[in-house]
Amino acid sequence: MTSGIRFDAVSVAYGSTTVLDSLDLTVEPGEVMALLGPSGSGKTTALRAVAGFVRPVSGRVFIGDRDVTDLPPYRRGIGMVVQQYALFPHLRVDANVAFGLKARKVPKAEIPGRVAEALEMTGMADYARRHPRELSGGQQQRVAIARALAVRPDVLLLDEPLSALDAQLRSGMLAELARLHRELPDVSILYVTHDQVEALTLADRIAVMDRARLRDCGTPQDLYRRPRTEFTASFVGNANLLPVTVGTDGVVLGGTELKVATGGAAPGSSATLCVRPHLVGLGDGPNALRGRITEVQWRGSTHRLYVEVAGHRVKADVRELRETPPLGAGVALHFAPEDAVLLTAGVTGD
Amino acid sequence: MLVHSRTGRWTAWALFAVLFVPLFALPLLVVLAASFSTNWSGAFPSGPTTAHYAAAVRGESLQALTTSLVTAVTASLIALTAGTWAALASAALGKRGRRIVDALFMLPVAVPSVVVGLAVLVAFSQPPVLLNGTRWIVVLAHTVLVTAFAHQSVSAAIRRLDPMYEQAAAGLGARPSYVLLRVKLPLLLPSLNAAAGLCFALSMGELSATMMLYPPDWTPLPVLVFTATDRGSLFTGSALAVVLMAATLLALLAVSRVRTKASYR
Repeated sequence: MTSGIRFDAVSVAYGSTTVLDSLDLTVEPGEVMALLGPSGSGKTTALRAVAGFVRPVSGRVFIGDRDVTDLPPYRRGIGMVVQQYALFPHLRVDANVAFGLKARKVPKAEIPGRVAEALEMTGMADYARRHPRELSGGQQQRVAIARALAVRPDVLLLDEPLSALDAQLRSGMLAELARLHRELPDVSILYVTHDQVEALTLADRIAVMDRARLRDCGTPQDLYRRPRTEFTASFVGNANLLPVTVGTDGVVLGGTELKVATGGAAPGSSATLCVRPHLVGLGDGPNALRGRITEVQWRGSTHRLYVEVAGHRVKADVRELRETPPLGAGVALHFAPEDAVLLTAGVTGD
Repeated sequence: MLVHSRTGRWTAWALFAVLFVPLFALPLLVVLAASFSTNWSGAFPSGPTTAHYAAAVRGESLQALTTSLVTAVTASLIALTAGTWAALASAALGKRGRRIVDALFMLPVAVPSVVVGLAVLVAFSQPPVLLNGTRWIVVLAHTVLVTAFAHQSVSAAIRRLDPMYEQAAAGLGARPSYVLLRVKLPLLLPSLNAAAGLCFALSMGELSATMMLYPPDWTPLPVLVFTATDRGSLFTGSALAVVLMAATLLALLAVSRVRTKASYR
């Protein structure tokens, strides 16, 4: 059975504070949808509305064709993994994984097989008799995922599942999650994260949230290459956002003419030019920008330069330089016309 | 460590000994010494004997010990059930409702136990519920007195319990009753245990309310200790007091062993 998730104008408020403002979003059956946003953006609230831990003040939540808005959490057929795993400390690993099956009154004879299967799938079969406190963070995480998968949920809700792990474990678990999804192609996954790398790596589509609202939604490539709002451009990939005036054949930044596709924006109107730091090159070239270096950060394989251009700070990630340029030095930066995206007013999200 | 220097630590120990020995240890040691003697006219007791103990573990005294144990166990179990139930219920209420329930359950602590005894006596000396003259009035008064402590320690534990366990369980498809039985109560077990021990100890030592209520066939041990010393039998009373103390300590020790087995983290 496959079923997706649908938010139909879902709003959630605590007192007079709206924490989720009229969310419309559909997660297709078998799709991985990442809810990406800073803390307080409403992404976790959206997930909790699907789980049934918060009740929307308006709007409906559907799992498949079922309107689950008024159902208690235990009737929703979900699997959920939270940030702190929430493994039951008094139960051994196998009992933790069996918990959902027993609670749902799965026939007794079936339980051991399904527990073993779920533990096998997450590589935790050898730890079945351990207590959660005897496991590392990464292992606890796998058990939490096994516990959620054992009930064979239609939808899997993952709430910042990797944020308690260190960087190395995190990238390993990301690969594991991708593999699990290939093995279970029918399960829809709603994945809440504030980490763009997790979202870009794992998701089929990303919904970008900010201040209780959905700001943007699209495939990772789409959002990264063609952001539609300033918020998306800066939150996903940390782009340079430069206020420009639209000209006839490009844009004007502080008196310098730059060639970019204007996409039919009216000449004379103001817009925001969005360029990714790693697509900005050092030295002269097409679309050259002159300015002074205000800060240099060495990041191993790259140098991050902060350059002040016509009163705006431009970030450039260049391949590691042999000699670190001195602060205050004049430099030229350039970018290819096709690497820039022009965000015209009216699509900036607010 | 708060105190680092060697002299500082010795001073702290000395201060502790000066405060602890006369205030806590000495009175108990005096009772222990008196329970083994027949005469105490000088600085030290004299005429060592075990006769008081021989008397303390049979007949009326043995019956009083059994009475105390039965009363304490019954009152503790009822108090634990009622206190836990109320604590679980009040945790689900809003802030205001919770405060009201908590305040109601704290009442018997705020009211002197003599008053609780009198209240119970007056309330249950008339039909429809006539308990005066039965053992149940003693059990009832003890229950009223110790439920407050059960409620308080269990509700403190419930507040500390991370709601994520309950939500994780519900997310896995567990009904509220299943969550309560399989997740919440097991996680609360160490606190329930501690609360049971506290209730038991309080009930074992309860005197003031009991004095107003006990029927002739249900005399708890503290009453016997009191009447013995009241009529001048100090040494018999001391032996009974030591028996009371030992029985309570043994029971608490047994409860605490269960507690260590039940703590997971």
